Amino acid sequence: MPIIKQKDYKTWKKFDRKRDLQNWLCWFLGTLIFSFCFGLISSKTIWFYVFDSHNEALDLLGRMFPPETNYFLTLIKPIWDTLNIATIGTTIGTLIAIPLAFLSANNTTPSKKFLRPLALFCIVSSRSINSVIWALLLVAVVGPGVLAGIIAIGLRSIGFCGKLLYEAIEEIDENQIEAIEATGANKAQIMTFGIVPQILPAFTSISIYRWDINIREATVVGLVGAGGIGIELDAQIGGLAWAKVSVILLAIVVAVVFSEWITAKIRRFIL
Amino acid sequence: MNDKKVIWKRKPLIKNRLLRIGLILLISTYLLSVFLTTEIDWQRILEGIPRGKNFIFAFFPPDFITRSDEILAGIFESLWMTIVATIVGILISIPVSLGAAKNIAPKFVYFLSRGVITLSRSFQEVILAIFFVKLMGFGPFAGMVTLSLSTIGFFAKLLSEDIEDINKSQAEAIKSTGSSWFQWVNYGVQPQVMPRFIGLSLYRLDINFRESAVIGIVGGGGIGSTLNTAFDRYEFETAAAVLIVIISIVMIVEYTSSHLRKLIK
Amino acid sequence: MLKTINLKKVYPNGEEALKGINLEIPNGQVVTLIGPSGAGKSTFIRTINRLVEPTSGKVYFANEKNDITSLNKSKLRKIRRQIGMIFQEFALVERLSVMENVLSGRLGYVGFWNSFFRKFPQKDIEEAFRLLQRIGLEHMLDKRADELSGGQRQRVGIARALIQNPMLLLVDEPTASLDPKNSRQIMRLICELCKERNLAAIINIHDVFLAQNFAERIIGLKAGEIVYDGKPSGLSETILTKIYGEEDWSKTVAN
Repeated sequence: MPIIKQKDYKTWKKFDRKRDLQNWLCWFLGTLIFSFCFGLISSKTIWFYVFDSHNEALDLLGRMFPPETNYFLTLIKPIWDTLNIATIGTTIGTLIAIPLAFLSANNTTPSKKFLRPLALFCIVSSRSINSVIWALLLVAVVGPGVLAGIIAIGLRSIGFCGKLLYEAIEEIDENQIEAIEATGANKAQIMTFGIVPQILPAFTSISIYRWDINIREATVVGLVGAGGIGIELDAQIGGLAWAKVSVILLAIVVAVVFSEWITAKIRRFIL
Repeated sequence: MNDKKVIWKRKPLIKNRLLRIGLILLISTYLLSVFLTTEIDWQRILEGIPRGKNFIFAFFPPDFITRSDEILAGIFESLWMTIVATIVGILISIPVSLGAAKNIAPKFVYFLSRGVITLSRSFQEVILAIFFVKLMGFGPFAGMVTLSLSTIGFFAKLLSEDIEDINKSQAEAIKSTGSSWFQWVNYGVQPQVMPRFIGLSLYRLDINFRESAVIGIVGGGGIGSTLNTAFDRYEFETAAAVLIVIISIVMIVEYTSSHLRKLIK
Repeated sequence: MLKTINLKKVYPNGEEALKGINLEIPNGQVVTLIGPSGAGKSTFIRTINRLVEPTSGKVYFANEKNDITSLNKSKLRKIRRQIGMIFQEFALVERLSVMENVLSGRLGYVGFWNSFFRKFPQKDIEEAFRLLQRIGLEHMLDKRADELSGGQRQRVGIARALIQNPMLLLVDEPTASLDPKNSRQIMRLICELCKERNLAAIINIHDVFLAQNFAERIIGLKAGEIVYDGKPSGLSETILTKIYGEEDWSKTVAN
């Protein structure tokens, strides 16, 4: 109780001595860690560049404007590729995520000791590795191109959708399942009539959300060769063609705005 | 007597028959056009299959040793970047999220904050990283700035939504005692958004670590460049080692964060 | 203590919530405000301390020179310190402890950094202990506010308002969320405390029976205007019909 009796009067503090000390220690440790890490970063930084960066930035902006607008026509195919990478990748990813999610949820998994940890491991691995890294890997295996991008996006989406899906499955209302079981339904029927309707809203919103994120990711997988507008971006930055780069960036912004608009519309339509 | 049978069919998902057929046509056309316009080099894929097999075999066992100093340096750099960027990003997000909350900020501040948030969310971290590397030089500082910026976009947006959802009468009561604006935020707003604040911070820490692995590829420091080099040299065992380290760290962070979240609740 | 002159409030959509309220409340008088929903009771209470900005009119507090409506932000804060407010849904900060909620009444008197680190002056802490004892909750001072029952929470709200050592108490439907027994206890507590401190108070209440039994003066509000101002005994069935509309009032009016 943070009431402290001092001599002849009682006083109050929010935390008692012990908690106070713990708090103070945590803050002290935190500041220490922060300073330590920042020091390490700073030792590898050429501070002159940092302080000069605003000049660099102005110089860069000068080169980026005005944008080379007729370059836009060459971008149409890469933009189309980017959209496809995102769409097909998301589709494959969510489809594979479904069985994985059912295997990972503790109320629907057929084997708690073996299949469940395996499925959870698949989901964590796929989540821990970003699309770009998957793309790096796939470009090394299947070669550069759109296919590497699609598979990379798909693999990342498996982890993201799988995790959210199995959390949704674990939160379903057991009463509804019980009721269907009581009618004598078999496992497949319980699935169709009891479980699927409950997670369908979550599933749709998760997929749409991931598609939106994937559009952004699909724009960059090309930087490592996995197709889409990223390839152009890599080439033009490498060639220091900044006026073309600004066109690419504008195209990316348009694509992102487009995807946000579509997802908002679909959400309103469905929910 | 009427011999008509009573039939019941389940309501189709989309009522309008025309709309249903139109949608199916649209999707098939789309898939066909994708198939036709996408170049797939089947030759290359066939060549790639043995390479893919090699990659999978590279995990048994992975090679932590040959490039161990590179791996360690890279991982530590990623960790430093993550910690500093998350802290800096969250600190800056606090005023930005207050400014982006409709129920707190005056119109001008609201639009300014929303603008900052949208700007930091428009571009993927890798693209931001390329530019910051160009502006500030190679190394973890540029990476840290990149991650901080994307943290602000993520954190401020979600926190401001939580601030807009607070219980108005709790905040009103604090105002009625004659408190200053800062006291009002500290007593009326902060206690209500604290759980979400902590949850988001831990989540963002996790995301930032994963992102730090990627921005190294474009020069932003961290384990990304080690990984990129390993793939370039086709040193799959080393690459496998790096991937395993990344996965393990993410798992540890996730485990600790769910533990911490249970403690705070 | 309080004098409002032609207080008006018109909302942006054209709705006239208050149509010109003229009211004078001397020191130490407890007044209850009754009226149907939408009559403007809550709006009126909030225009006094400008939680809702009045469209026109004057609000004199403590003397004829102090017009609340013309004060700037920092002077307004100083005046708010002297006006305690008790809310319908208790409005306690749920994740903070009872003690912190009570002490938050002193925020207007304590600097930001002190309040941030919860360093309140000793006399405030002693006053908090005293109030908690008076309302019977001193053993709960470390519990989180959301662990308390409705009646307990309202008592903490009262303590929070009183620790400001106010000159005027504004009470917005203190019993709306409480059961009958708690309602009576709370009304009794408020009126006792007002008597002990010679505190003027305006109490919004929808329960006419409680209003009559605990106040010396009743004001009836209907559609933004005062339609009754007098003793509780003067509340006849006709008056109630005028305020609320047709109803069998015979069972409500206290003898």
